[in-house]
Amino acid sequence: MRARDILFAVGLGLAIWQALVVLTGAPHFILPSPWRVAQAMVKSWEVILENAWVTALEVVLGLVLGTLLGAATAIQLALSKTAERLMLPILVFTQAVPVFALAPLLTLWFGYGIGSKIVMAVLIIYFPVTSAFHDGLTRVGQGYRDLSQSMGAGKYQFMRHIQIPNALPSLGTGLRLAAVYAPIGAVIGEWVGASKGLGYLMLLANGRAKIDLMFAALIVLACLTVLLHLAVGRLADYLARVAEGR
Amino acid sequence: MTQPPGISLTGTHTIGDAALFSADITLPSAQWTCLLGPSGVGKSTVLRLILGLETGGVFSGEIAASDGSPLSGRISYMAQSDLLLPWLTVLDNAVIGARLRGHAPDLDRAKALLDRVGLAAHADKKPAALSGGMRQRAALVRTLMEDRPIVFLDEPFSALDAATRADMQELAADVLDNKTVLLVTHDPAEAARLAHQILVLSDAGVTRWDTPETAIPRDIQAAETVACQMRLLAHVRAAAA
Repeated sequence: MRARDILFAVGLGLAIWQALVVLTGAPHFILPSPWRVAQAMVKSWEVILENAWVTALEVVLGLVLGTLLGAATAIQLALSKTAERLMLPILVFTQAVPVFALAPLLTLWFGYGIGSKIVMAVLIIYFPVTSAFHDGLTRVGQGYRDLSQSMGAGKYQFMRHIQIPNALPSLGTGLRLAAVYAPIGAVIGEWVGASKGLGYLMLLANGRAKIDLMFAALIVLACLTVLLHLAVGRLADYLARVAEGR
Repeated sequence: MTQPPGISLTGTHTIGDAALFSADITLPSAQWTCLLGPSGVGKSTVLRLILGLETGGVFSGEIAASDGSPLSGRISYMAQSDLLLPWLTVLDNAVIGARLRGHAPDLDRAKALLDRVGLAAHADKKPAALSGGMRQRAALVRTLMEDRPIVFLDEPFSALDAATRADMQELAADVLDNKTVLLVTHDPAEAARLAHQILVLSDAGVTRWDTPETAIPRDIQAAETVACQMRLLAHVRAAAA
């Protein structure tokens, strides 16, 4: 993506938005104009920043913890056939439970603070990371397996020196998915019960009919998500380059 | 220097209900044996059987070393694909065997061997930065680092251009001196240059071919090398017809 293309897309979005405001004649408490939202953003920047920081923290911690847990699970599954046989069906079954439906329970257990939101994000990204990384760990070419066997490789050394580096691009794929899901988990957690965060701010602004502030929070959330997406994309590219020796 | 063991294989290999081959093969100690035959006849399977690798079939018979000890852990293996790990440098690839066994690698020996095959200046490069011939030389160093008395080569030079292949044959003959070597190849010229003993594998079984008395690697243009190659080629073509 080039900077010019991004500017163009943003400009086009703003133009369509403004056109909708003019054409529909909607009142500002239903659909505020871009200009009103910009004003709200400037006026309330302190409260937006404070809440954005909380959401960003939840997302990043959730992403890191979820990735560590998912990667550890994938390694364990790839090392032990028994673990694979016992745990894979359980993992698939847990995916049948909609994680969002657990949000009230998580709030009950982990409180209104950032804990319940981090757990929510972890739960959502755990499976995609585990699944993608496990796929990469087990997809080692037969030639490498033969060579390692003829060299008398140990199971753990084979994992460390061949399976894990070989699976780094797959881990990158899992991370890209996780970067999409983690903010969703955190914000839904905030909607269900929180005292801080952009999701909380949106509900609060909605309740007080400050729709311009709600839009401002939404835009900041979108910007955060795009930034995260770009950062994780770079990390995934880096992992792929390492594995390919470029 | 201790004498490396020879190997004998006697038996039948079956896949499903069909017999792939029935063979009686002897690899003499400290000599090069070249195994030829058409594609699909089971050349690589012979090599995989002795290595103890998965073959997708069942072997009934006996595989033994001439000194009576188990073969496990005494054979190093080099395939047609160089199998260098793309994320490691040439030097780290050369010592991957020790690392895979959880031992400390002998980096000095690896550097000396890389120097011997002309890769000293490339030790810190990743495989992607090397030519096909350089990659196979790195793979050869990795094979030598295993320091095993028996070496199996599964068409290791077949993907190289003619000049590089000739260089690699000479290098391999030099560095694999005093080892029991099994080279699987489909190139009669390669067999005529490198083999002390040539075995041609076909559906009917194994035919043993004599080779010139001269030392290996033989001169490509020497009359006896050419004659051996031509007779072999005629035999292989007649068998395929």
